[in-house]
Amino acid sequence: MKSLAELAAIRDKMKDKVVLREGTGDIRVVVGMATCGIAAGARPVLNAFVEAINDADLSSKVTVTQTGCIGICQYEPVVEIYEADKEKVTYVKMTPEKAAEVVEKHLKGGKVVTDYIMNK
Amino acid sequence: MIRAHVLICGGTGCTSSGSKAIQDAFAQQIEANGLAEEIKIVQTGCFGLCALGPVVIVYPDGTFYSRVTEDDVKEIVSEHLLKGRVVEHLVYKDAGEATVDVENLSLNDTAFYRSQKRVALRNCGVINPENIEEYIAMDGYQALGKVLTEMTPDEVIKEILDSGLRGRGGGGFPTGKKWELARNLVPDADQKYVACNADEGDPGAFMDRSVLEGDPHALIEAMAIAGYAIGANKGFVYVRAEYPIAVHRLNIAIKQAREYGLLGKDIFGTGFDFDMEIRLGAGAFVCGEETALMTSIEGKRGEPRPRPPFPAAKGLFGKPTVLNNVETYANIPQIILKGADWFASMGTEKSKGTKVFALGGKIKNTGLVEVPMGTTLRQIIEEIGGGIPNGKKFKAAQTGGPSGGCIPAHLIDTPIDYDNLLAIGSMMGSGGLIVMDEDSCMVDIAKFFLEFTVDESCGKCTPCRVGTKRLLEMLDKITKGQATMEDLDKMEELCHYIKKNALCGLGQTAPNPVLSTLRYFRDEYEAHIIDKKCPAGVCKDLLTYQIIKDKCFGCGMCAKACPAGAITKTDYVAPGKKLPAYEIDPDKCVKCGACMGTCKFKAIIKG
Repeated sequence: MKSLAELAAIRDKMKDKVVLREGTGDIRVVVGMATCGIAAGARPVLNAFVEAINDADLSSKVTVTQTGCIGICQYEPVVEIYEADKEKVTYVKMTPEKAAEVVEKHLKGGKVVTDYIMNK
Repeated sequence: MIRAHVLICGGTGCTSSGSKAIQDAFAQQIEANGLAEEIKIVQTGCFGLCALGPVVIVYPDGTFYSRVTEDDVKEIVSEHLLKGRVVEHLVYKDAGEATVDVENLSLNDTAFYRSQKRVALRNCGVINPENIEEYIAMDGYQALGKVLTEMTPDEVIKEILDSGLRGRGGGGFPTGKKWELARNLVPDADQKYVACNADEGDPGAFMDRSVLEGDPHALIEAMAIAGYAIGANKGFVYVRAEYPIAVHRLNIAIKQAREYGLLGKDIFGTGFDFDMEIRLGAGAFVCGEETALMTSIEGKRGEPRPRPPFPAAKGLFGKPTVLNNVETYANIPQIILKGADWFASMGTEKSKGTKVFALGGKIKNTGLVEVPMGTTLRQIIEEIGGGIPNGKKFKAAQTGGPSGGCIPAHLIDTPIDYDNLLAIGSMMGSGGLIVMDEDSCMVDIAKFFLEFTVDESCGKCTPCRVGTKRLLEMLDKITKGQATMEDLDKMEELCHYIKKNALCGLGQTAPNPVLSTLRYFRDEYEAHIIDKKCPAGVCKDLLTYQIIKDKCFGCGMCAKACPAGAITKTDYVAPGKKLPAYEIDPDKCVKCGACMGTCKFKAIIKG
């Protein structure tokens, strides 16, 4: 190690890889992953969220987790977004493409993508 | 893209309860479910809750699974990792809670962790100790970088002095003072050394092992900082060979640190050189004493020598040496990064920071806990430790191992710090905390520790070699009911004699377990001597087992269980019973207690 910059570079590179273990971030993205969700394609949606959030450098703020059946199986894949002091937002019939859009517009831009929410 | 981490404890405790097999099972199940791209398995150091091992934590949720078996793995993978449904029946519950609060599964919300403050253990159970980059991600080696590029050695020493950090090995000597002496005492020294005491020999203490296993780079970083502060470029870690996992991980860590140029020549391009090596101890308790430890590093028989000269003037190979304990070092990088004020804001007036305790004995949550200095024994035992199992009553806690003493129940609200413990006749020691309930005999406890010191006395000085042996013989007499009150006085006198005359810390503190139990539990000693009774029912020679004939239904279960054939049928049939009662022949009874366990009618008593 010849300089502090080198150390900082390793830290920044690795930070994303361990940030998962620092507890939940301010925003929680919860993907319904019961049988109904998985059958409707929740897995690729989940992975699309993880990837898009990482690409957008949001991993320290946003945590992606799963949950079981939410009870609205006909709307799966369902994704709920929890943010402190804000009302929960429920996105329905999600796809990986829609996921990327939600990350871009909602999580990064702060604007709910009303086209995909449940009670539009 | 990884979306979840499965952390599996690879500390010694969980390894012996089978965590390696669990890790393999996870790898296999994750592969079988096609999740290998999404889930990462991380082997970590100790989480602290060793009693509930093997433990597994799933992030980002922080779900804490305890006592996981190989069969459970399939369920966790297919339910939790694949479908996102927490496997509730495997989740850790606080003592006494019947159900799991599904909304609040995080480890930090459990009573075990809530009151803890993790400084020395901050990375244990969080990072993979065999991966230097994970340590760096947790701000590892930043403190070393800061010290080398922004601070003078004097500034480093001042920071440590201001923090109020005191030696965590037990003595409680101010660490900054130690460093200052090693820096200044011999101004023209051509060579100095930094050494680490990882010989942890107190029965029941394992915090140093956990740091080595869970966060070995913290030690390496801290020793390099110490080297810079005192002007040394060579370090030695003296670790007992009975800690194979710790030695293995420390070896890996040193190798990685060298590869990354964090040990070796010209670290961070500042011209500072530092390297270190491991010396294995053969497990002699006396080698935890600083002069004996250094003699052993030099390759000689591990025996203490008189002080002064102190190591700061003449230590390893006759050169000025700073010797600190593992836990002390583990605090150093944090103090440098967060500042002396931050560290000094925790703890009591004269004992700053946190202390790690190894909880053992009659307590529910056996394991490692780290709390701010000044936390009361009650908080540690009742809140974090989950209390005493089987509804028994707390009797005493033993701290400081064979050099310490017992804290009785009426002092349970004493805030724990160096000075308070000394004032009540115990000591901090390395942090072993053994909890005893009403079934523990205090004379027997004192005898246990004396047996240990007699075994471990190196034999160099007479007070310790002969004195502790005589002391043990006296204790033995008491537990056999053969002693007189005069013996008790003689024993006390001998204790003080050994304390004053022994050569090293081991001998000087060896009588402490006897003195402190005499101080608080003199009545128990007297019961053994005068009444020839062991009130706790532990000392076998003073015990008799008896069958209360009027309670005996004559089922004969006890007679079947008796290995000595000491229980026979009598002619007496108790009123209201149909079969004749049994009785125990005291001459044949070996006092194993097997009969008592089989009697459904509680007709057998001991006393």
